[in-house]
Amino acid sequence: MKSNVEKVISVSNLTKRFGSFTAVDHISFDVCRGEIFGFLGANGAGKTTAMRMLCGLSRPTEGNGRVAGCDILTQTEMIKRHIGYMSQKFSLYSELTVDENIRLFSTIYSMTDVQIMEASSRLYAELGMESMRRTRVSDIPVGWRQKLAFATATIHRPDIVFLDEPTGGVDPVTRRKFWEHIYKASSEGMTIFVTTHYLDEAEYCDRVSIMVDGCISALDSPAALKRKYHADTIDEVFRIVASEAKRDE
Amino acid sequence: MKLRILKALLKKEITLMQRNPLIPKIIIGMPLMVMLILPLVANLDVKDVNVAVVDNDHSSLSRRITADISASPFLTVIDVPLDHSGAIALVEKGDVDVILTVPPHFSRSLAICSGNASVDIEVNGVNATKGMLGGQYVSQSVLSTIKGWREENGVTEPTQPTGILYLYNPTLNFRNYMIPALMVVLLIIICGFLPALNLVSEKETGTIEAMNVTPVPRLLFVLSKLIPFWIVGMIVVTVGMLVGWIVYSLVPAGSIFLIYLAAILFSLVMSGLGVIIANRSASMLQSIFVMFAFIMVFQLMSGLFTPIGSMPGWARTITYAIPPRYFIEIMRAVYLKGAGFADLWFQFLTLVALAVLTLGLSALTYSKRS
Repeated sequence: MKSNVEKVISVSNLTKRFGSFTAVDHISFDVCRGEIFGFLGANGAGKTTAMRMLCGLSRPTEGNGRVAGCDILTQTEMIKRHIGYMSQKFSLYSELTVDENIRLFSTIYSMTDVQIMEASSRLYAELGMESMRRTRVSDIPVGWRQKLAFATATIHRPDIVFLDEPTGGVDPVTRRKFWEHIYKASSEGMTIFVTTHYLDEAEYCDRVSIMVDGCISALDSPAALKRKYHADTIDEVFRIVASEAKRDE
Repeated sequence: MKLRILKALLKKEITLMQRNPLIPKIIIGMPLMVMLILPLVANLDVKDVNVAVVDNDHSSLSRRITADISASPFLTVIDVPLDHSGAIALVEKGDVDVILTVPPHFSRSLAICSGNASVDIEVNGVNATKGMLGGQYVSQSVLSTIKGWREENGVTEPTQPTGILYLYNPTLNFRNYMIPALMVVLLIIICGFLPALNLVSEKETGTIEAMNVTPVPRLLFVLSKLIPFWIVGMIVVTVGMLVGWIVYSLVPAGSIFLIYLAAILFSLVMSGLGVIIANRSASMLQSIFVMFAFIMVFQLMSGLFTPIGSMPGWARTITYAIPPRYFIEIMRAVYLKGAGFADLWFQFLTLVALAVLTLGLSALTYSKRS
């Protein structure tokens, strides 16, 4: 990692305990501006919990850090102005139309009517969703919903986009296309923080971290990781690293 | 800027409400059902007392007593058994509520030594209200028959029997007592529990998380949930008053403004409570169970069905913590007695205090972070 690059996420000893269970155990890492940062780990390794702490959805038990220049302990509402978040579970209003959802969220991000108009027409053109504008979200196919959720998370051009398993349950072709949108967002200067179970997707990231039992066991570029573990694919690296896990799901 | 966000949130709530298959029906159907059907069925008026007359006198007077009882709209002479044990058998079967026994030579002894003759009235006390009122009805009927009979025979009563004049609800119509209070039940459900269910349903679908990760101010988000239901609540109160007027000819004796003021304050209290419950519940089922517990206590301890005055001391103390108590008192006092603010300031101030308390707690318990 180059030291002259601005760090948009920087955390140290971030910990989350639920009673006696330590979901996230003293993790420390930095993410640079414009990076695509892959956050890997088995089910229950603590990925989502860690991500929720970064987004200001969950209060850390210990540790500190900054996201988009704001403190994750005290300035969570400030952080929320600068990030986009796409949750694992589809969470747009399914009884609202595509347009109504986009309008609602962009108004909350304090965008003006003109900005909303411009941003949404650009989005619909990019995603090819023009004809679905007035369709209720519950009526559009799953693959399109993911795209729409991504669009909603990036409509306000946040500094960082957090994607929690964005391609779960999506066919390989649509997944591939989805990553094109991620690349595009990244090329426009957004930092991408993404968790995934598809290890081929990890190859698309600039750097990946692998979480095992609440700790980060490996963190480097895909190429460096493969060298280190003498593996041909990230899939193999993951198997080697994740086999240390003691925790059940 | 904030206003713009609130507007956008309100638009979302109203659109979702309109598109919900159930909510518009609940909002329109429930008030009509509660106001049209409940006053007819939630009725403690005693109107069908069954009487057995054991006539051991067989005089014209005793036959007249029986005939007068039959003529009463509230009393029915089911049977005239030959002896007392026959009457008791009827009570045991559940066919008879009151037994009137006229002793032998009743009319003769009444004529000779006035005042020393008496009839027996026995009442089935299992249903306390019905028993008490039924016994009184029969005794009044007998007394008035005797009085008439004596006057015809040239004896004028030296003293008038005690008469009762019922103020504020002259016909002692239980409906007039219930209708103002039923609006309370409507507001509990519409302003307290519907917004709470709405909030919890966003938790279940996960949309609340999509909101919590945006910079939306939490106060605006909660307000956007409550405002539509406050408006609906006021519409429901209006519909309730209209139904009361059109169907039951019941109009408030006091100021309508006071009724609305009380309704608004009570809605605030209930929505505060609803939001607290929603904040503490992870699922619809959980929140419904908690609300169910609240609604039970509210209905049984607020004086809605049973007078607070007849509760034991400790229970009366608890009723001071039950918000519907104050709203019911205000509604009944304004509706039936035409009470003004000067009479009800305590109830109004308590509602204000409770509103501040519940809304404050609801703001404290709502967190965008877990």
